[in-house]
Amino acid sequence: MSDFETVAASENQAARRGPSGEPGIPGQVGTPQKPRSLAGDAWRDLRRNPIFWISLTLVVLVAAMAAFPELFASNDPRNCALSRQHAGPSGGAIFGYDFQGCDIYARSVYGARASLLVGLLSALLTGIIAVVVGMLAGYFGRWIDAVLSRVIDIVLGIPLLLAAIVLLKRVSTGGPNTRLAAVIVVLAILGWTTAARVVRSSVITAKEQDYVAAARMLGAGHSRIMWRHILPNSLAPAIVVLTIALGSFIAAEATLSFLGIGLKSPTISWGIDIDAGRVHMRESATPLVVPSAFLALTVLAFIMLGDAIRDAFDPKLR
Amino acid sequence: MFRYILRRLLQMVLAFFGTTLIVYALMFAGQGDPIQALAGERPVTAAQRAYLTEKYHLDATGVGGFFYRYFDYVKNLVQGDLGESLTGRSIGQILQQAWPVTVKLALIALAVAILFGVTAGVIAGIRRASIFDNSTLLLTLLVLGIPTIVLAPLAQYFLGVKLQLFPPTAGSNPTFYALLLPGIVLGSLSLATALRLTRTSVAENLRADYVRTAKSKGLLRRRIISVHVLRNSLIPVITFLGVELGNLMSGAIITEGVFNIPGVGFNLFRAIKTEDGPLVVGIVSVLVVVYLVSNLVVDVLYAVLDPRIRYE
Repeated sequence: MSDFETVAASENQAARRGPSGEPGIPGQVGTPQKPRSLAGDAWRDLRRNPIFWISLTLVVLVAAMAAFPELFASNDPRNCALSRQHAGPSGGAIFGYDFQGCDIYARSVYGARASLLVGLLSALLTGIIAVVVGMLAGYFGRWIDAVLSRVIDIVLGIPLLLAAIVLLKRVSTGGPNTRLAAVIVVLAILGWTTAARVVRSSVITAKEQDYVAAARMLGAGHSRIMWRHILPNSLAPAIVVLTIALGSFIAAEATLSFLGIGLKSPTISWGIDIDAGRVHMRESATPLVVPSAFLALTVLAFIMLGDAIRDAFDPKLR
Repeated sequence: MFRYILRRLLQMVLAFFGTTLIVYALMFAGQGDPIQALAGERPVTAAQRAYLTEKYHLDATGVGGFFYRYFDYVKNLVQGDLGESLTGRSIGQILQQAWPVTVKLALIALAVAILFGVTAGVIAGIRRASIFDNSTLLLTLLVLGIPTIVLAPLAQYFLGVKLQLFPPTAGSNPTFYALLLPGIVLGSLSLATALRLTRTSVAENLRADYVRTAKSKGLLRRRIISVHVLRNSLIPVITFLGVELGNLMSGAIITEGVFNIPGVGFNLFRAIKTEDGPLVVGIVSVLVVVYLVSNLVVDVLYAVLDPRIRYE
């Protein structure tokens, strides 16, 4: 479980990045001399990559499930009856019922909301921490950089799962929403370091550029240079890292819920359902296999999407 | 080099105190009456209360008292005394029993990663963009994308319960055969990363100047790859595997839990579930030390293996 590091951006941001990053494709037809931008090149690569389209479709599908679960499943996921224990498929329940007599398919569909919410919000929070820390360290350098880099080293040295277990153990009270917020905050606190390093290094590159010197000569202050000039030019690598991190945050949430310290019932989470299905797998394996498939496909989709975008943006691999 | 190791050691000490302090504070700060918690539902006599208060220095309250107890704990820790769990067992003894099992599991996982990951990575790196290369890339992506909580129960169900190729659970005193399936599950993640790392590094080194020189000197392709390329390509892989061994030793909580293996991760998980504060803090402190030391060893090893790397 060493792959939980890093930060956040919504799949929408990452997907939008491609098309909006190259505003001039139609215009370029008339002016062949103008070199294509990095984003333009990347978009051309992405369009031809089947993995990109497959993972994007999956991501959109899961996002739709999270937003409107009732469109995908007609049954109520919380309507359980022991008389239907491990019953076969019937009605809207295309995969049958689990040990508690709940509709397996409906529970898996409704589970998308918690997973995506945790993934998106932890990624967003991670992104904010990473941008602030990386920007301050990269822009000011010297002792600020030294101190912040040591902090990054130390946080990076803490095993994520162990720390998350200890931190979440403290939050024993509160309703489902408190629990959700706790999981999001804990994942963000432990996961921002990789993205912060990425931001720091791209800020260091960006601050030596001519446009920064020009802005400074025109009398711009530190904060204006940082947030208006350097930030937009050093965000792309961080967004790629965040897309991949989003997948690992979803996996981390499911793992914590599986262990019984992440989200708790009545919140519906794939991790909880996998744990419950595992206990009774000798009687019926469907309650284990279906939520497992949902979780694996979602995590896979985000990781493949991030991987495809990174490959497209990395000129070394061309 | 010496200065570098010294700096890293200082950093390690800092990280150790930071982590243990946080873990200690989280486990013990703000809890109710620890003596009553120890006794459970039974009454505590005044004499018992006085004895325990003195034994654990509970009379010092506030922030000062907390730090007093923390340093008391660290002092014992440095002397090798991890204390007792809430059930009265010595934590050192628990770890002594659990550690060999976890190390065995970690070594099996590492062997799987080296055997399949590095071999397939070298082949994929040499035959870049071939069918073998593309299919292994896709396969590793699948492995990297599937969380352990999916992989472990499914492997247990299909290979252990359904096909009965492996024993589905290990139990106490597990045999090598019983640890094989959990080892493969645990190692699959490292396998995928090792494969990708080897592939990239071999492909990169094949284009290096010294390979062209060797070729123009008329050396056999076999010798170029096995001596020149491999030696240079495996440096990052060894680093990765070293860090990974540290990771694996710090307890595969999920894998050990699913396959019922009485290792460190399993004990830690049980300690968390039963709210056994001293046991959690004890195990986590030891794990953090293992993790930090393995990272340091790997960093130093890196400099020894690759003379181009110089630490100031």
